[in-house]
Amino acid sequence: MTLFVTAICLILVSAFLAPCTRKGSTFWDTCSLACGLGGTLLGLVATLVALAHPDGAVLSHPWPGVGGLFVLRLDGLSAVFLLPAFLICGAGLLYGSGYWPCQDKPASSAWLRFFYPLLGAAIGILLTAGNGLVFLFAWETMALCGYFLIVTERDQEEVQQAGFLYLAATHTATLALFALFALLGDHAVLNTLPAVGSLDGTTPLAAALFLLALFGFGFKAGIMPLHIWLPKAHAAAPSHVSALLSGVMIKMGIYGLVRTASFFHGIPNWWGWTILVLGMLSSILGVVFAIAQHDIKRLLAYHSVENIGIILLGLGVALLGRSYGVAAMVVLGLAGALLHVINHGLFKALLFLSAGSVIHATGTRELNRYGGLLRPMPLTGLCFLGGAIAICGLPPLNGFVSEWLIYLGLFQGSQPLAASLPSVLLAAPALALTGGLALLCFAKVFGLTFLGTPRSELGAAHEAPRTMLIGMGVLLAACLAIGLLPRMVYPLLRAATLAWLPTAAPPAIALAALAPAGLITLAALLLLLLLGFFTLKLRPRQAFPSVPTWGCGYARPLPRAQYTASSFAELITGLFGWFLRPQTQEVKPQGEFPVQARFATHTPDLVLDLGITPFCSLLATAAAWLRHRLQHGIVGLYLLYPALTLCILLILAL
Amino acid sequence: MNTPPNLILLFVILFNFFILGTSRLNTCIRSVALQGALLSLLPLFLHTLTFHTYLLAVGAFVLKGLLMPWLLFRAIRQVKIRREVEPRIGYIPTLLLGALTTAGAFIFGDRLPLLPEHLHSLFIPAALSTLAAGFLMLITRRKAIAQVLGYLMFENGIFIFGTLLAETMPFLVEMGVLLDMLVAIFVMGIVMHHINREFSTLNTEQLSLLRE
Repeated sequence: MTLFVTAICLILVSAFLAPCTRKGSTFWDTCSLACGLGGTLLGLVATLVALAHPDGAVLSHPWPGVGGLFVLRLDGLSAVFLLPAFLICGAGLLYGSGYWPCQDKPASSAWLRFFYPLLGAAIGILLTAGNGLVFLFAWETMALCGYFLIVTERDQEEVQQAGFLYLAATHTATLALFALFALLGDHAVLNTLPAVGSLDGTTPLAAALFLLALFGFGFKAGIMPLHIWLPKAHAAAPSHVSALLSGVMIKMGIYGLVRTASFFHGIPNWWGWTILVLGMLSSILGVVFAIAQHDIKRLLAYHSVENIGIILLGLGVALLGRSYGVAAMVVLGLAGALLHVINHGLFKALLFLSAGSVIHATGTRELNRYGGLLRPMPLTGLCFLGGAIAICGLPPLNGFVSEWLIYLGLFQGSQPLAASLPSVLLAAPALALTGGLALLCFAKVFGLTFLGTPRSELGAAHEAPRTMLIGMGVLLAACLAIGLLPRMVYPLLRAATLAWLPTAAPPAIALAALAPAGLITLAALLLLLLLGFFTLKLRPRQAFPSVPTWGCGYARPLPRAQYTASSFAELITGLFGWFLRPQTQEVKPQGEFPVQARFATHTPDLVLDLGITPFCSLLATAAAWLRHRLQHGIVGLYLLYPALTLCILLILAL
Repeated sequence: MNTPPNLILLFVILFNFFILGTSRLNTCIRSVALQGALLSLLPLFLHTLTFHTYLLAVGAFVLKGLLMPWLLFRAIRQVKIRREVEPRIGYIPTLLLGALTTAGAFIFGDRLPLLPEHLHSLFIPAALSTLAAGFLMLITRRKAIAQVLGYLMFENGIFIFGTLLAETMPFLVEMGVLLDMLVAIFVMGIVMHHINREFSTLNTEQLSLLRE
């Protein structure tokens, strides 16, 4: 545990070097970067050491002035979340030094240098928090750091709006969490969290706790009706911040849910069904909204909603397994969910970082202005392609493994052992639909961005600098490693499953027996061999001239004659039009020689733009009207208000 | 029922109606002063005659019966008003409201969780109805000076409550309340002076110009 604390301290030093030193100084910038990288590396090592020696992984100190204990505890469940957090934080720090160089933007670079590692350290503490006090403290630090990182470019109105929305959402979530911990009681807040399986899940109090956790943590995780802050915040933040927010921070919501669920025994079955249905809703709607986007980072943000949905599917399967006593479902569902937490963190961070490289090179987030970027930036293209394959759940990358585990968990519901659960199988087509739509979506993004010819003057698009490439390369390598050798994460998942299950429960079945990892490795290697074979086989014998992409037989193909983001997605947005409600503005060409014509589409967020915003503006109008009535300037009547209140209270009291 | 305290309290309630119904400012001030003076006799009948009781009675009499009216008369001389309390709603409706609140006070007073010796006495209803009447003055009158009178009646109501507790209530608290009231009158006097100077009237409706 000393190692872990050292790592956190090193990351904090990295954060506090920024405000304490001269802005724009390359030397101190490098120092801060080195500290941050060292801290994250040490954190990775410390987590692995703690996994190997679980009995030493507790730290408890009295916390003077607060009246409680400062407890840190690192178990298998924390480790699953800590490993990707440290990795992504380190990769992001490295990437950031090329993406947001301190020579060009000294002020905002120092700003990022301060809040970025601070967010990492807060997450490290949050994941090891042993009582409610430390948890809420770290949670609030994390939430505020997230806000400050989102508003890095705070002179833009869009960024201010995104920051405000994020702040409102995160504080609503924190309110629910305060209620949650208040209900858990003094001991949980001041001393130590309830032991695994120590609370009865069938009481009304347990139901209240579950619903509060679902709301508070679900807001942070971005479960479908509560995802409102995600698209704007992820789009407004710098790319490596989006990577950390989407890859790590929203997973804290999942961590909270999983941790809260571990407190209970006798979990009622409606918990599992609720999570399963919310997971289906989030995954399908998330990807459908993603397909309709034109802004590359908004699109990736909606994919986070989708992947949170997939994680929830796994968690739902695990909870149902607990309720109905099917051990295989518990093991497979939880392993799938947790592995998807790791995987989504890795590939989504990779995607955000490579999208950041594209934005860095072209200066725009509009998909409709990209095109043909594979030529100037092949390595970024490769990284993006890797991330895209992983997020679609295709072998040989890591996304496949976790989705495969969740599929297996869902199919366990149809085994004769679990006779009462055939309806769980309905979630499998939902997962398949999600995978298919994700594939379509990334075919769109990759095709529009990297293939074809440039759709607008992009200036001198250039390959990303070396630090950025290394940052992405590390993540791509991790994705590939999990995809090729899933066996190596099994011990980690097993430790997490054991930490999640109450000791009284029957011993967990070995994951390897249920999901043979060797087969995946074999299949992935075969696939790679096949790929290599065809690449060699189809290699051109002589050098081809470099020409623009095939133009459908036109003699002089125009860049504007290519597919756009909306035209590519038209089929799906049309099919889901009853739900997406895309808005189109159209001026049709008229006459033989049409002078002007234009066409634009925009897909608003259903919940935010068509639900919450109108409701809140209505509320504001009503409040303004009421204030106008109440505040009329007649002093005598002002006196009447407290008197009436007093009278009503007295009448109620008698 | 015919004990002196009950007689005093009946007079106090009658004064409430008289003040609510009169339009002449001088009469109003005199009535409030008389009500206060009557109330200052209450401790003498209720408690054993100690030095403290005398001091309380004499203090209340001097403050409520002599000093306050003198200050108020001086104030209206300075701002040059004589009559017309100018109610926001008419005298008859105000009186009706006063009757309603007094009836309410009698009903409500019986339902409060009280000590057995205070139950079914006139103290609680009288105190509540005086409070309500003072409040009606505060709400329904436009001139700032009438509102000061309302405030004084309010204070009288609290004084009736206070005498019930005078056995247990420390003497200092009682005197504190009286002093509080005196300071409040001074403050109100200053406020009235300034309202008059700014708007050249004591009509508080002008204050609504200050709203947002």
